[in-house]
Amino acid sequence: MSQKSDDKEKLEGDHSGRRDFLKFGFLAAGLTVVGGGLQKVFSDNKDSAKVESGNKVKVLTTDGKLVEVDSSHLKAHECCGASPTDSREGIPGKKYVMVIDLSRCKNALKCQKACQKHHLLPEQDKWLKVFKMQDSPEASPYWMPKPCLHCDKPPCVKVCPVDATFKRSDGLVLIDNERCIGCRFCMAACPYSTRTFNWEEPQQPANILEMSYSPETSVPRKKGTVEKCDFCPDMLKQGNLPHCVSACPNGVYYFGDANEDTVCNGDETVRFKQLLRDKAGYRYMEGLGTEPSVYYLPAANRLFPFEDAEEVKEK
Amino acid sequence: MEDLITPKSEKEAIEMLNRYNEDLLPRKFGIAGKLWVTVLCIVIAIGLYNYIQQLRFGLKVTGLNDTVSWGIYISNFVFFVAVSLVGSLITAVLNLLNVNWRAPLTRISEVIAVSAIMFAGLIIIVDMGRPDRILNMFLHGRIQSPIVWDVIVVMTYMTISLLLLYFSLLPNIAFCRDRLPNIPKWQRKMYSVLSFGWENKPEQYEIIKRAVKILSVLIIPVALSIHTVTSWLFATTYRPGWDSTNFGAYFVAGAFMVGAAAVIAGMSILRKFYVHYDEYLTDKHFDRMGRLLVLLSFIYLYFTVNEYFIPGYKMKGDEAEHLRELFTGHYAPMFWSVQIFGMFIPIIVLLFKKGRKPLPIFIMAVFVIIGAWFKRYLIVIPTMLHPFLPLQQIPEASKHYAPTLAEWSITGASLAGALLVITLFVRYFPVISIWEIAEERGIHSDTIYEHLNEKV
Repeated sequence: MSQKSDDKEKLEGDHSGRRDFLKFGFLAAGLTVVGGGLQKVFSDNKDSAKVESGNKVKVLTTDGKLVEVDSSHLKAHECCGASPTDSREGIPGKKYVMVIDLSRCKNALKCQKACQKHHLLPEQDKWLKVFKMQDSPEASPYWMPKPCLHCDKPPCVKVCPVDATFKRSDGLVLIDNERCIGCRFCMAACPYSTRTFNWEEPQQPANILEMSYSPETSVPRKKGTVEKCDFCPDMLKQGNLPHCVSACPNGVYYFGDANEDTVCNGDETVRFKQLLRDKAGYRYMEGLGTEPSVYYLPAANRLFPFEDAEEVKEK
Repeated sequence: MEDLITPKSEKEAIEMLNRYNEDLLPRKFGIAGKLWVTVLCIVIAIGLYNYIQQLRFGLKVTGLNDTVSWGIYISNFVFFVAVSLVGSLITAVLNLLNVNWRAPLTRISEVIAVSAIMFAGLIIIVDMGRPDRILNMFLHGRIQSPIVWDVIVVMTYMTISLLLLYFSLLPNIAFCRDRLPNIPKWQRKMYSVLSFGWENKPEQYEIIKRAVKILSVLIIPVALSIHTVTSWLFATTYRPGWDSTNFGAYFVAGAFMVGAAAVIAGMSILRKFYVHYDEYLTDKHFDRMGRLLVLLSFIYLYFTVNEYFIPGYKMKGDEAEHLRELFTGHYAPMFWSVQIFGMFIPIIVLLFKKGRKPLPIFIMAVFVIIGAWFKRYLIVIPTMLHPFLPLQQIPEASKHYAPTLAEWSITGASLAGALLVITLFVRYFPVISIWEIAEERGIHSDTIYEHLNEKV
C-alpha cells in the first residue's frame, strides 16, 4: 500500500517537475525572443487567461526548438515572485552586478520613471535617485544614478533584529515585509540613503492587493515597513534586465552576472572585468568596506554637456 | 551622618521608631497631590488618543520622514535609559562603598529607575512601524543586531531593578499591611498579597540583605551595559556624528549625571510636600548629592570635550557639515543652551556651598534634566539630517524635521506616565525605607524587628 502511494507520489512529482520545467523554459526563452513589446498584450490578457486568444507566438524552448503557443499561455510570467521563504534562495550560480557609466548619464530620468511605474511607487518614494554631484569646487558637476548598491557586506542586513532583510547567494539584498517590524535601524545603518519607509497605508490597485506578497516583487506594499530597490528579481528570473537598465536611452546601466563575467546595457554585451579595467571602474565610498555590487565608471569624456534642467528653468 | 543622634536607651529607640512610622508611612494626597495626578492622567489620555491615531494611520502622524527616520521617540528612549541608570548609581555604588548617608535616597532612586526603564521599553514599541509584530523579536531574533542586545540588557536591567526595589520594600509592605489604619479593603489586600506573608524574622532580614548585596554587584555591569548598548545603536552605523568610539563612555557619563539630577529633583519635591521629610532628607543630603553631581558633571564635560573638540579640530569633510550645524548653524541655539544651562551653570553653582542648598540645587537639577533631554535630541536628529549623499530628489518635507503635536503629546504622555508611576508609588508605599533609616541611625536590629512585629 505504502509502496503504491509512494510510487504515485513519485509519478506526480515527476510529472509536475517536468511541467514546471517546461513552463519555465517557455517563459524564459519565450520572453527573451518576444521581447518587451508584447508584454503589454499579455498582461492585458490576464483576466481572459483561460480562453485561447488565438494569437499564436513563436517561442524558443531551452533545448533549442522553436514552437508555437497561444499567447494566453504566457500569462504566468507576471507572478514570478516566490514566497517569502523561497525568496531567500538566490538564483543558482548567479552573482549579479551593475556598472553605471557616469559619462553617459544626462539625467533623463527614464530609469526612475520605469522604476516608479513597475514598483507602483508614489511620487515621494524613489528607489532610484539621480544625484547632482560635484566632487570639489573646481571640478565639473555630474549626474550620479544610485539604486540600492546591494552590498556584499550589507550594513542594513547586519543590524536587522529579525532577519527581515537578507542577502541572497546571487548577491541581491531583499526585504521580507511580512516579517519587518518597522524599527528603521536599517535606514539609519545604510550609508547610501537607499531605504524608504511606508509611513502610511500605501495606495495600490485592487488586483495588486489580491496578490500574495513576495519579497521578489515587493508587492503588495505594506504599511509600517521598509522598502528599497530590489534589482527586479522577477525580471532576472525570466532572464530579463531590471526595468531601469532597459529603460535607459543612453546605455548608462550595464547589468549582468559576475560569474559569467558579462554585463549588458541593452545595446552591447561586454566583459565585466574588462569594462572596469578599461574605464577605471570604482565603487562609491569603497573605504566603508561595504563592498557594493554596483560599480561606477568615472564621468570622463562625457557624451552630454552637464545641464541642470531646474537651473535652466530658473534662468 | 555625623550629626545623627544614636539612641542612648531602648526607650529612646522605640520613641524614634514610632516617630519614623508616623512620618514615613504613606498617606492620602492633599489637594496638590490630587491635582497633580489629574494633570498627569489628562496628559496620558491625550497621548493615548494620539497613539491610537498613530496605530490607525501609521507613523505619518509624526514629523518623521525618510531622511529623519528616528526622531523624538528615539531621543526620548535614550533619555529614559539614561535616567534609569540612577538606580544602580545610588543603590549599588553607594551600598558597596558603604556610604553612611544613602538610606533615605535608595528607594527614591530605585523607583525612578524602575519607572524610567519601563517607559523606555514602552516608547520603543511606540516607535515601531509594526508593533503588532513585536513577537518577531523572539521568533526571528538575530544576535548580530544591537537592537537584540538592547532588548536583552534592558529586560535584564528591569528585572534586577525591580528585585532590588522589591526586596528592601518587603518589610515595609508588611508593615503597611499590619499598621496602616483606616485603609480600603483592596489596599490592605494589595499589601497582603505583595508582602508574601512576611513575618519580620531576623533570618528573613538576613536573606534580604544578602540578596540586595548580590544584586548590587550584579546590577553594575548590567547598568553600564544598558547605556553602552543604547549608544551602540548609533555608534554601529557609519553616520557622521554617530560613528564614534567615544560614544559608550560618553552616554554612560551623561546618564550618571542626569540620574543624579533626577534623584535631587525627587528629593526636593518630597521634602516640599511632606512634613518632617526634612529630618530625613536633610540639607546635608542635598550637599552630598550636589558634590556628587559636580563630580559626575565634570566627567561628562570631559567626554563632551572629547566628543566635539577632536572632530571639530579636524573638521573632516562629512563630519564638518554636521558640526557646523551644531556650533554655528541651525542647531546652535539649542546646542549652546544645552551646554551652558545643562552643564556649565550647574557646575559653577554647585561648586559653592551655598549653591548646594536645597532650593538652588533643585533649580540646577531641573536645568540638568531639561538639558539632558534636549542633549539627546541633538544626538539623534541633526545626524540624521546629514547623510553622506546630498538631500536631493526627496520631497521638501524630508529635508527637515519638526515633531508634530501628536508626536509631542505621545512623548509627553510617556514622561507623564513615568511620573505617574513614581507618584502612585509614593502614595501607596513608604518611599523612605523605615527599617533602613532606623538601622542607619544606629538602632539595634533586634529592637527594630521586635517593634515592627507588634500588631496594633
